[in-house]
Amino acid sequence: MTLQTVLLLAAALFSIGLYGAISQQVVVMVMMGLELMINGLILAAAGFWWFLFPHPSGQVLLMVIIAAMTVEMAIGFAVATLLHRDHEADMTDMAGDLSE
Amino acid sequence: MPEAATSSLTLVPVGWVVLAGAIVLGLAWFAATVDGVATARAEASPTGLGRPLREVARLMRQRRRATVEADTPLWRIGSGGLVVIATLMVIVVPLGPWTVFDSPVGVVWFNAMDVCVWALVWLTGWGPNSAHGLVGGYRFLAHGLGYELPLMFALVAPPIAAHSLRVGDVAAAQHGLWFVVWMPIAFLVYLIGVLGFSVWGPFSAAVGSDIAGGVAAELSGLDRLLFLTGRYALLAAGAAFAVPMFLGGGAGPLLPGWLWVIVKTIVVLTALVLARRRLPVLRPDLFMEVGWLVLLPAALVQVLVVSVIAVWRG
Amino acid sequence: MFVDVVFWVMTVVAVVMGAAVFVVDSMARATYALALSFVAVGVQVLLLHQDYVGVIVILMMVMEMAVMAVYMVMFMGMNPALMPMSMVHDKRKALAAASVVFLTLAAGALLIPWPTRRGQPSSDTTRALGEALMGSKMLVMTVVSPVMVATIVAGIVIASKRSRYDRLGDDLRGAADHSADPQRGGVGR
Repeated sequence: MTLQTVLLLAAALFSIGLYGAISQQVVVMVMMGLELMINGLILAAAGFWWFLFPHPSGQVLLMVIIAAMTVEMAIGFAVATLLHRDHEADMTDMAGDLSE
Repeated sequence: MPEAATSSLTLVPVGWVVLAGAIVLGLAWFAATVDGVATARAEASPTGLGRPLREVARLMRQRRRATVEADTPLWRIGSGGLVVIATLMVIVVPLGPWTVFDSPVGVVWFNAMDVCVWALVWLTGWGPNSAHGLVGGYRFLAHGLGYELPLMFALVAPPIAAHSLRVGDVAAAQHGLWFVVWMPIAFLVYLIGVLGFSVWGPFSAAVGSDIAGGVAAELSGLDRLLFLTGRYALLAAGAAFAVPMFLGGGAGPLLPGWLWVIVKTIVVLTALVLARRRLPVLRPDLFMEVGWLVLLPAALVQVLVVSVIAVWRG
Repeated sequence: MFVDVVFWVMTVVAVVMGAAVFVVDSMARATYALALSFVAVGVQVLLLHQDYVGVIVILMMVMEMAVMAVYMVMFMGMNPALMPMSMVHDKRKALAAASVVFLTLAAGALLIPWPTRRGQPSSDTTRALGEALMGSKMLVMTVVSPVMVATIVAGIVIASKRSRYDRLGDDLRGAADHSADPQRGGVGR
């Protein structure tokens, strides 16, 4: 276990998540892709912390990432529910009015 | 306040986890016997002592039921995983002076494991591709949304008073005065949470007879045996964890510490098992409001009181 | 040795399960594949000596994926467990973009001369984290906490169809006719 291997794994997770976030049509699957990207971020941050600068403030950064993920998911779910209720939309392409 | 990162407990080798599993299964057997005796008494039949044995023998010989388009891997993970999770919960509980897993965040570990029950129960309902099972799974998640947050905050109170998330430190911090005495609300909310993640008593709507057994509707044979054992094992793990958190760990006169832990666990476990006959089943949609408007504020006030006392004592 | 074995097993689990999310044909399998990927990363964070963060990642993500599965079933618009679900657009471009990003990041990870480690971890990283959050990094705590509360409130306001005004009337004194309330609360309002 070295910094390089940890970062490689984090990069792999981030890229798989990116693929999903770009290619998936269903809102929930896009959110899964975003989650996977954040998964990679968490691992990379943890790796940097341990191998480069194991100071408590680094862990605080990890808590911020996790908190950001929570907010993203909660509001994402809420908006998805609202979209679904208002016009039966479950795909990103159907939610055109969000971009206007 | 610098403190040693290690506690006073003796860490035993990982192999002893087998003993932890055996104790969980033994306690699960005990819980099943208690329930069997209580059921026999309610039905005025002779005795219920042999009920668990008969049920095990019956289920071991029963053929597995198959359903159309079942998601077999997920189904097996769901029904078989409960016993594993119960064992993973119990390894952070110190048995007197010994512990298998002396995690510095043991309390959070227990919490993480009890959240895994959400996934497993839902998967057990999802796996067989049966409507009743899925309805049961949803009912459990709805109950979970109600009991989980109060449970989390109830678990927060003892570590605040003990200045540590390590289970051994929490137990050691109660010398003289058990936490149950001055945090009764947290203890009560914790017990409600244990009933919740064990799908037991008031929280058994997920396996209710009105939906043909719900999550357990399609389970048969070995899978059913594992699922039912898992419920008793979760009750046992919840009772065992209450001992270092609220009941002073191994503290007590005459008997050695490890025996006190087991005695206290059995007392709590018996109370939890018998609660099934005293309390009505709670409807998930109604309990949601109780959880968020009554239990959660109560647990928060308890945490506030404990925090103030902890700061005052320094 | 033991740490390395666990690390590599968890690496394989994390990547394979992460990829499985977008390969498998079942909503439940996709969701719980992601959950397993997160659990694997949580274990690796534990290996990196951040006990609290690692366990919290496992706790949060299993819980979140249990809820996510419900949303999947609700929003995917398909009922059977194992119905094929390939709902993608621009698959080639997405693959190309993901590959380029991965190669760039991997090159960075391998080629950048990372500095050597500065400082030593404290003996109790959990306590150090708590003291940082409640001491020098208090600002983070004071910002994150209201944001979390705001998220709870905002999420419910956006998502809920019937608010308390629908249930209890404009003056919140309780509707006159409880029989019209399809979802009675549990505390007798």
